[in-house]
Amino acid sequence: MTLKELWHRLGSPRWFYRISGPLAWVLGILALVLLVSGSVWGLAFAPPDYQQGNSFRIIYIHVPTAIVAQSAYMLMGVAGAILLVWRMKMADMVLAATVPFGMTMTALALFTGAVWGKPTWGAWWVWDARTTSMLVLLFLYFGLYALRQAIPRQETAGRACAVLAVVGVINIPIIKYSVDWWLTLHQGATFRLTEAPAMPPEMWIPLAVNVLGLYCFFGANLVGRLRAEIVRREARTAWVRALAAGELQTAREVSEDEVLKMGAGTGAGR
Amino acid sequence: MSFASFGEFLNMGGHALYVWLSYGAAAGVMLYNWAAARRQQRRALQDVLDRMRRETGGRADGRAGRGDEER
Repeated sequence: MTLKELWHRLGSPRWFYRISGPLAWVLGILALVLLVSGSVWGLAFAPPDYQQGNSFRIIYIHVPTAIVAQSAYMLMGVAGAILLVWRMKMADMVLAATVPFGMTMTALALFTGAVWGKPTWGAWWVWDARTTSMLVLLFLYFGLYALRQAIPRQETAGRACAVLAVVGVINIPIIKYSVDWWLTLHQGATFRLTEAPAMPPEMWIPLAVNVLGLYCFFGANLVGRLRAEIVRREARTAWVRALAAGELQTAREVSEDEVLKMGAGTGAGR
Repeated sequence: MSFASFGEFLNMGGHALYVWLSYGAAAGVMLYNWAAARRQQRRALQDVLDRMRRETGGRADGRAGRGDEER
């Protein structure tokens, strides 16, 4: 399969639905294994921080959620650009399916940051550049969520959300470099591509495991929500009707006779 | 193992509230996202089936379909 063919296939909801079922399971199981082992390792086996003691163990939740919250936004920015340039309907579905997950991750990063800030800085919240730009990210997610609810016409809503997603990408480098550009109470980056981490391996390896695990969880969740979105939007097509009848028949929610009567089993329902 | 006993592990050097609050919230958010994705997939398929039932007028044996009972 050439890259161009892959690109065209990715634009097909039906093809994606067919291949993505096992993908969600594999990613989900990987996420479970990685997140459980990374968290147990970080909570019980990593040594305590020489200044912060055991409260530093919040890092194993806080840093992965903050990283994935920003990656989710970047994905929406890319999907938004693809929608605006190529009008690919799958891109809009990806955008819509990412919003709730990214929103909860941003909220969790802010919450764990506050809970970590109390014993470390002595305050639940400080208005420094990092925390404030992260709060802006949460509001961008709220905006994307509200915008889609507010516009009834799907195509218009998709275009509006795409514009907001693309414009909001400007906030991502601001979050990233906020700790370098301004004097912040928030510490600098934990992981950098060009340098070895400042922590010893027994501290940062479990963190890397949790980051990887959360990316897998994001993938699994995105695929799951995307599948629901595909079924909703393609509800009138024959393939989705046959699929709905088939899946529910397997779950014994509907009899075979009924499926045959609806003509869905043969794909004749339109 | 970084702790001498299970009690010490739970106590987190006096930071139990902060550490366990963070991990508890994280577990809650993960579970919510997992359940929401599952629920949405089921509901989306159920909606398609309900629409098909409405179009064909209930069940084959003449009784009301599941979708009709709920309404």
